[in-house]
Amino acid sequence: MPRVARRRGGLALGLSTLYLSVIVLLPLAAVTVKAVSQSPSDFWHSVTNPLAIRALAISLGAALLSAAVGAVMGTLIAWVLIRDDFPGKRIINALIDLPFALPTVVAALTLLALYGPDSPFGIHLAYTRAVVLVALLFVTLPFVVRSVQPVLLEIDKEVEEAAASLGASNAVIFKRVVLPALRPAILSGAALAFARAVGEVGSLLIIAGKVQIASLVILNDIESDAPHAAASLSLVLIVLSLIVLVLIRRLGGRVAH
Amino acid sequence: MLISRRAKLSLRTIALLYLLGLLILPVVVVFFKTFEHGFGVAWGWMTTPAAISALSLSLLMALIAVPLNTIFGVTCALVIVRRRGRLAAVLDALIDLPFLVSPIIVGLALTLVYGIHGWFGTFFTDHGIRIIFAVPGMVLATIFVSLPFVVREVAPVLVEVGDEQEQAAATLGASDWQTFWRITLPSIRWGVIYGVILSTARALGEIGAVLVVSSLVAGQTLTLPLLVYQRASQLGPGAVTAAYAAATELAVISLVVLLAMTAFSSRRPQSR
Repeated sequence: MPRVARRRGGLALGLSTLYLSVIVLLPLAAVTVKAVSQSPSDFWHSVTNPLAIRALAISLGAALLSAAVGAVMGTLIAWVLIRDDFPGKRIINALIDLPFALPTVVAALTLLALYGPDSPFGIHLAYTRAVVLVALLFVTLPFVVRSVQPVLLEIDKEVEEAAASLGASNAVIFKRVVLPALRPAILSGAALAFARAVGEVGSLLIIAGKVQIASLVILNDIESDAPHAAASLSLVLIVLSLIVLVLIRRLGGRVAH
Repeated sequence: MLISRRAKLSLRTIALLYLLGLLILPVVVVFFKTFEHGFGVAWGWMTTPAAISALSLSLLMALIAVPLNTIFGVTCALVIVRRRGRLAAVLDALIDLPFLVSPIIVGLALTLVYGIHGWFGTFFTDHGIRIIFAVPGMVLATIFVSLPFVVREVAPVLVEVGDEQEQAAATLGASDWQTFWRITLPSIRWGVIYGVILSTARALGEIGAVLVVSSLVAGQTLTLPLLVYQRASQLGPGAVTAAYAAATELAVISLVVLLAMTAFSSRRPQSR
């Protein structure tokens, strides 16, 4: 690159770093400082009291579970959308993006109407852990579908046909040929879904009820003017989510983003 | 795989039933609940002063956050993909943080920096500027949560198009700006547009982060999602219709967003 370009590239780098620092890093640093600016025993207490432990377990567990279910169902849906053909397929394909477009609070309201006290099907899930899972599955639906679809489209069908002609059963072909090719895409989709699910709040505000997910416990701490406790729990939640995220990414090998 | 017709049909059925229960029924229900008591009632709830002010505040949030994040997003993607280097790698790693951090934590973080007892609290109070529990804090929260979308859509496109054309332009004597406007921007435009659509959807729909830093006063600091939340938390049959009416407004906006996404996604390289 010419020298001028490099200099201006430096300006772009500086401005990007500054913007990210002011908007994202500075506030997160404030959380960290708040969390560690208390006695270690206070910090320890605010993240290991039974309520905090349960909240962390529920949040991380529900996010992991929804990522796992989403990975299976997302792969299945992607497969149907690519390899199958039926009337209305294009509309269904477009609808997959709906959870990205629909504000999560609206999703919550709909789930309340469907599975709440006035459920037309007599299914009462509102205010239970089950509805938390349903909400998380809703908001994270597009991730795995959208990351698997392009890979499935590119996979060479001839390899599958060759395997079949050599006498491999469908189960064997799926396990040995299709799944290995899809694995990185499934896991990178699942990682994104996990990240999204662990931080999800909007769809849970109305329907989670007494299910104390970590975000709601933090909100409660903020409202009852306990910033130290809120910051401590926040810090632990972020660190734990990062660890899980790195583990999921490891599982799939580094995927080009 | 040579799948039998029966297996294919059952997979199709499973996928469609799952989508029906999770995606389609819920949306149908919103519209049904909204217009249960007639169009007039719903329209009345959509046009109360609080609802109109909430809609315009939501649009204002998106109007401030999306352009800023778009300029940052394109710049940052260029830095990450074209410049590389250690600092660029750090940027690349940190850019996804807003996706991972719970919006409630975002709100808490902003309070700790700009709130009365926050790092810059005294400074802003002395100058009579209110950030937390006012619109500026809500704008900051919206920018935070919608920050990564443009970068994440543009970066892979930049990788895909490569930099031969840019280098050719530079060799022929084009300035950096000329190269950017004539070569780079046109080749990444669909990525930019898709990123803008995603950030707009997120900015309009954000509730968690905004909830913490809003004073929740109708007509002042109530966005449309907050209005839905507030109405849904109230009791009584009127409040239910009111909540669904506001939700329908949001749903209609998001259907427009969805149509735009569908229209543009076919032009987006499928390289993720």
